[in-house]
Amino acid sequence: METRELICTGCPLGCPLTVTLSPDGPVVKGHTCPRGEAYGRSEVLDPRRTVTSTAAVTGGRQARVPVKTARAVPKDRIRDCMEAVRRLRVAAPVGLGDVLLPDCAGSGVALVATKTVERA
Amino acid sequence: MRTFDYDVIIAGGGVTGCAIARELSRYALDICLLEKEEDVCSGTSKANSAIVHAGFDAAPGSMKAQMNVAGSRLMPDLARELDVPFRQNGSMVLCLSPDDRPALEALYRRGLTNGVEGLSLLTGEEARALEPHLTQAVAGALLASSGGIVCPFELTAALAENARANGAEVRCLEPVEALERRGEGWTVTTGRGALTSRWVVNAAGLAAGRIHGMACPDHLEIIPRRGEYLLLDKSAGSHVTRTIFQLPGRYGKGVLVTPTVHGNLLAGPTAEDIADGADTATTAAGLALVRERAALGVADIPFGAVITSFAGNRAHSSRGDFLLSETAPGFFDAAGIESPGLSAAPAIGRYVAERIASALGAALRPDFDPIRRAIPRPAQMPDRERAALIREDPRYGDIVCRCEQVSEGEILEAIRRGARSLDGVKRRVRAGMGRCQGGFCTPRVLEILARELGISPDEVCKNRPGSRLLTGTMGEADHENH
Amino acid sequence: MRTTDIVIIGGGPAGLAAALAAREAGVTDLLILERGNELGGILNQCIHSGFGLHTFREELTGPEYAARYMDRVLAENIPFRLGAMAVRVTADRRVTYISREEGLETVQARAVVLAMGCRERSRGALSIPGARPAGIYTAGAAQRLMNIDGYRVGREAVILGSGDIGLIMARRLTLEGARVRLVAELMPYSGGLKRNIVQCLDDFGIPLKLSHTVVDIHGRDRVEAVTVAAVDGQRRPIPGTEERIPCDTLLLSVGLLPENELTREAGAAMCAATGGPVVSDRLETDLPGIFACGNVLHVHDLVDYVSQEAALAGESAAAFVRSGGGETGRRVRVAAGNGVRYTVPQFIGPDRMAEAAVVRFRVTDVFRDACVRLSLDGRELARRKKRVLAPGEMEQMTVTRSDLAEARADSVLTVELEA
Repeated sequence: METRELICTGCPLGCPLTVTLSPDGPVVKGHTCPRGEAYGRSEVLDPRRTVTSTAAVTGGRQARVPVKTARAVPKDRIRDCMEAVRRLRVAAPVGLGDVLLPDCAGSGVALVATKTVERA
Repeated sequence: MRTFDYDVIIAGGGVTGCAIARELSRYALDICLLEKEEDVCSGTSKANSAIVHAGFDAAPGSMKAQMNVAGSRLMPDLARELDVPFRQNGSMVLCLSPDDRPALEALYRRGLTNGVEGLSLLTGEEARALEPHLTQAVAGALLASSGGIVCPFELTAALAENARANGAEVRCLEPVEALERRGEGWTVTTGRGALTSRWVVNAAGLAAGRIHGMACPDHLEIIPRRGEYLLLDKSAGSHVTRTIFQLPGRYGKGVLVTPTVHGNLLAGPTAEDIADGADTATTAAGLALVRERAALGVADIPFGAVITSFAGNRAHSSRGDFLLSETAPGFFDAAGIESPGLSAAPAIGRYVAERIASALGAALRPDFDPIRRAIPRPAQMPDRERAALIREDPRYGDIVCRCEQVSEGEILEAIRRGARSLDGVKRRVRAGMGRCQGGFCTPRVLEILARELGISPDEVCKNRPGSRLLTGTMGEADHENH
Repeated sequence: MRTTDIVIIGGGPAGLAAALAAREAGVTDLLILERGNELGGILNQCIHSGFGLHTFREELTGPEYAARYMDRVLAENIPFRLGAMAVRVTADRRVTYISREEGLETVQARAVVLAMGCRERSRGALSIPGARPAGIYTAGAAQRLMNIDGYRVGREAVILGSGDIGLIMARRLTLEGARVRLVAELMPYSGGLKRNIVQCLDDFGIPLKLSHTVVDIHGRDRVEAVTVAAVDGQRRPIPGTEERIPCDTLLLSVGLLPENELTREAGAAMCAATGGPVVSDRLETDLPGIFACGNVLHVHDLVDYVSQEAALAGESAAAFVRSGGGETGRRVRVAAGNGVRYTVPQFIGPDRMAEAAVVRFRVTDVFRDACVRLSLDGRELARRKKRVLAPGEMEQMTVTRSDLAEARADSVLTVELEA
């Protein structure tokens, strides 16, 4: 059975986890709290990350607007999300929280602006 | 009848070439200075001790001695005319052992022979009374009140500006590639075409050997001699008041410790002959040597306040002295200009200019203007003056380099006067020379350069073409609108 | 000369929080001086998330965290100037600043809050030998160029320093299509959060080499390669371990230095261990009416603590303005004992302190299963067990008024570790 060594990122303790992929599901060892167990399972079954980047702004006081996926997206979608951000041209004004893409690269997660950029 | 494009073409835009250009511009002559890099002051002139030597060190009777003493006498007036920072802070040569006292006295006598004024010999105690941070090992010192410090970048740029203001042309990114005799003059093939001139001056620094070989049958050997330096923050700038040298002794030529004219502390150089004149890398061993040797004469140097280190290569001629002469008809060498080259520059400029002008029978221009005004330095103005300047031009109120308080107005003026790169701006107005070493100001200087030069941000270079700061931009962002 | 009750130098997270706290304490005559073209300070370029877990119980990006404070500053009509750089602060609280719009202005402040933040340590300050080509950046400078200006700084990078800024930039570069060959770290441990190791390095297969450093830089015009070597117990390069790594960019994440040029020129006493001014529990420097908070006081890891600290500075400045006077009474020195590198504050005034004062500190090394001990003149006041203590994680202990009831003028409060 496959085993993976991970470090839990739930809190500064950073407990080393060992996750065994059994037929009944992942078995987590080494955690010292429930969040650690949850992290171990999700990292192995469905690892997700929040993607943050910047998008090009046209007609704004600033050249770039920082953006993020509203929630964590599957890890294997990160590249596609970045590509979608690269293709974006956001016309100023853009408000913090504005949805720029309702579904970023088919991840099911929206891309939102994290800063307000006024018109130039 | 004029059959030549120019009367004089000068190869090399360091302090030597620019001083010659400025002195030649006193005469009714067509002058063109060719510099191979993107800006003047790109070679040895930008990486040296910035000292105006009193002149006791050079061998009596040598060109070095003659030009040093004369140059050092001319420097205060020149600095005033060109509005360049210069301070006569005095220098001290330390002897670190009583056994070396005779050598110190010999240096004193040499100074007298060379015509240096203001020399005196001190005991160790007297030296320490003047400079409290000298080590206990100091057994005596030679005090030279005429020693000074100058800004080599501003001096070189100012010489070039004044030469231009008086009619000379200064062209950058135009290296001399070949020289061919053409009647009573030369065809000078450059990177951009061919020019003709009656005279050629070789002020090419580390490349002087190559230029010499284009015109003369004999071989002029120029050996690049690398010197490494440590520069300390302004908080260390008054650790010593004078320029502190060490007597060349057991450890070879000593390392100096000096305030700079801008208020930093400088320690160095080492001296290492290397093969490639373009190699100005510093080394761990070299920097360690600077620390070690500097500490022999000066105690408690706050090396924690080092903000940068650098190396410069001097053009050492195997002939051991400056080569200043018409070595071929219509070809004047100003070669092998290592230390005391900076100090000697005002005198070398005159020496070469007078001889060429005389050979050409040139008359002095009645409208020669020796005065050049520096780029305004609001950070050094009294508040009222600074406030007035900002009212007149608000761009002087927009501070770009925080560490040195350099405003956009100054950067724009630097570009107007010839800066084409980040380093060119830095050398003219000090943006990027402070304690953060360009960390905060680089993005803004880059943007200003792109805008003023009409190029895209990713074309802006640190110095030479090829030294691009960026590798691209992200998408078609609207850079103009903010 | 015009007067202002409180001048706050710096409009980043510290300055904003200090201004809001002063406002809340009833002072309206405020002025924030910000040298950049927007409020928010360094948070504007910290586009990644992880901010605000303590303050808002949410994970925000830097700009979102800044917006929380900026929106309130605007709502409260707190005056601020952009593009305004303070160039002088005197001991008697005259602040001179420069801007395009106003030219050179001097304001007499009744209290000053220093919130100027910090700068990055440069290649030059580390004396890394080698060539000086284009392509060498501190991590924060590269972050600014990428995130604010939208520039690409390089294609193949080596990063020196595994603190959070270095790790964040490793990810940023990779996501933008650059290749990060290696992160080298001088120490035998990384200074960054474990989470960043996972999400910035492991996720992308970027190698981390501990106990390594850059010993040479190659390339005349642009970086062509760097040489990396292993270091020994004294952090000196070990000959024979050199490895040349081709790249066109070197990023340096090698330390932050509080920017106290103005503080020093004003004549405030400085603390060598923090690089910031010596302060009391009210965050007042030894210059009456001049307070300090945020990265200018000591380098923080979490912006939440910056906001807390700055709020205290703002309150203290407001109290100073209202009472018109400085601190009197006993001053107890706070000492950094065994295993502790520094404490902020360095003094506590028990007669005028609040019910409790927070003493923030950093440890000198990584410690496991250690005990933090707070004692007054050797008598233990409190102790706390900690599984892990690391230099990269600021800690705190609380001391109460009653703890210090018996303190004398020469008493010493010590924060130390017991292994």
